[in-house]
Amino acid sequence: MNSLVCIAYVPDTETKIKIGADGKSIDESDVKWIVSPYDEYGLEEALKSREAKGAGTVTVVAVGPERAKAGLRECLARGADEAIWVDATGVSHLDALGTARALAAAATGGSYDMFWFGQKGVGYDESLVGPMFAELMGVPHVGSVLKLELGEGKVTAHREIEGAHEVVECTLPAVLTAQKGLNEPRYASLKGIMAAKKKPIAEKKLAELGVAEADPAQAKTRWRKLELPPARQAVKLVPADDPAAAGKELARLLREEAKVI
Amino acid sequence: MKFLVFIEQRDGKIRKASLEALSLARKLSGGPVAAVLPGKGVTALAKELGRHGAGTVYVADRDDLALYSNKGYVGALDAAAKKVSPDAVLIAATAMGKDVAPRFAARNDVSVLADVMELRLEGDRLVAWRPVYSGKARAEVDCGSAKLQVATTRPNVFVAEAADGAPEPAVEALELGAIAPRAKVLRVETPESKELDVSEADIIVSGGRGIKGPEGWPVVRELQQALGAALGASRAVVDAGWIDHQHQVGQTGKVVSPTLYVACGISGAIQHLAGMGTSKVIVAINKDPEAPIFKVATYGVVGDLFQIVPEFAKAVRAAKAE
Repeated sequence: MNSLVCIAYVPDTETKIKIGADGKSIDESDVKWIVSPYDEYGLEEALKSREAKGAGTVTVVAVGPERAKAGLRECLARGADEAIWVDATGVSHLDALGTARALAAAATGGSYDMFWFGQKGVGYDESLVGPMFAELMGVPHVGSVLKLELGEGKVTAHREIEGAHEVVECTLPAVLTAQKGLNEPRYASLKGIMAAKKKPIAEKKLAELGVAEADPAQAKTRWRKLELPPARQAVKLVPADDPAAAGKELARLLREEAKVI
Repeated sequence: MKFLVFIEQRDGKIRKASLEALSLARKLSGGPVAAVLPGKGVTALAKELGRHGAGTVYVADRDDLALYSNKGYVGALDAAAKKVSPDAVLIAATAMGKDVAPRFAARNDVSVLADVMELRLEGDRLVAWRPVYSGKARAEVDCGSAKLQVATTRPNVFVAEAADGAPEPAVEALELGAIAPRAKVLRVETPESKELDVSEADIIVSGGRGIKGPEGWPVVRELQQALGAALGASRAVVDAGWIDHQHQVGQTGKVVSPTLYVACGISGAIQHLAGMGTSKVIVAINKDPEAPIFKVATYGVVGDLFQIVPEFAKAVRAAKAE
């Protein structure tokens, strides 16, 4: 069971976002970067599948500037066998289709049964790249996977939809996007961290992969402006000394002032 | 400017989020728009789309579309797009819409303005605001050089307007080839105690660490039921195992925009605020006056939730009974 795990290296979810000087990207100066949390579930499932089958490899790939290598190294420490870094140095914003195209180019020539993505990349929050990659690769996909059973040449995946699960049988190779609840990602062991230093990271240049969208004039979506969300009005506090009165006042405000109940 | 809107139905009922997208398309185009409706037994549903702005409904009504398949449903959308040659395609950002949009877009060599909360036209170009970093910032986005513009609209944000007396739409059947999807939905499993999902709810009542343990849920549940709301939770209580992750609201849970969000005993970590900060009205009940949740709240009570919430629930029931 060979898996390719596609990771995004994103600002930590606890990071405070500041707008950059260009007004259309974030100020990266104090940002701590992490592997996007949903990608960790994908990696864990790929590792578990390799262990369950007793054979195969787990390859991780990322598109990004130099720092993305730190994310790949972390995945190697957790147990991935090898890594591919698509060097996008100098590309300020690659849209989802461009990212999918770069990953598809990087995957071409490999032999993979499963392609793992997070159900969304924390940050851009688009949930686009996995299914787009599947389309470009001509393989099926199952999005938002909560549970996976391995079969022979196929998998059965439980996919989260509103208030229910779809149970999907899918032939391999396939793209799967991981949802929280799929598994508990393992931590890197000290041994794993030492071993990761010796594992290979292959390098490819984005500029050489024929990704039209890397040229801003060819991008299919672009950010024109980035702003902090509009400030909310100051809170109206209801005194708590008499709970019954506080409850009544809240209900009154919601009914008469906010008109939402 | 030609629009095509993807209409989602489940169990013979058209999703409200799709009607929101349809109304939006009509508003932007200034007249009736085209819609596509895949499923089984859906032809009868096509008529009601006229009131929401459909001029023509392309119907793919087949037995093998009874359950969702990406191949079948994207195939129907693509077939309709071939007939309409739209400038813009709108799809509600539901679980299905998020599955359909990226594959349809990639097939047509374009990308998607995903999960937008505002959409307008500049000439014949779509310009959208969408939350990024889970709502910690917002980006104004457009489709760059793309000829075909695709956007998914966040549910509950746009209004599904109905015009009474609108003419019935023309209904046209789509001819699709064999589908035989490689990713095939075998069945849909609905939990026995079917709970309203936070991503679909107009009102959400959430609990955090302040409920002190899983035994604190009944207090929150009482208010949830009084309001007819969905039950949400902070990451802290999900990670502590007090409730299933499907209830989690926040950057690594569901990102929601309900009309009313009630936070009980939630301090408001940046991670959580990111997931619910776009709610229209926020009520916070928390002991700690310094809790960050009060920075985003519309109404707040600094007090013991075990005292306040039951009284609040009682008052809500009384107000509703009036």
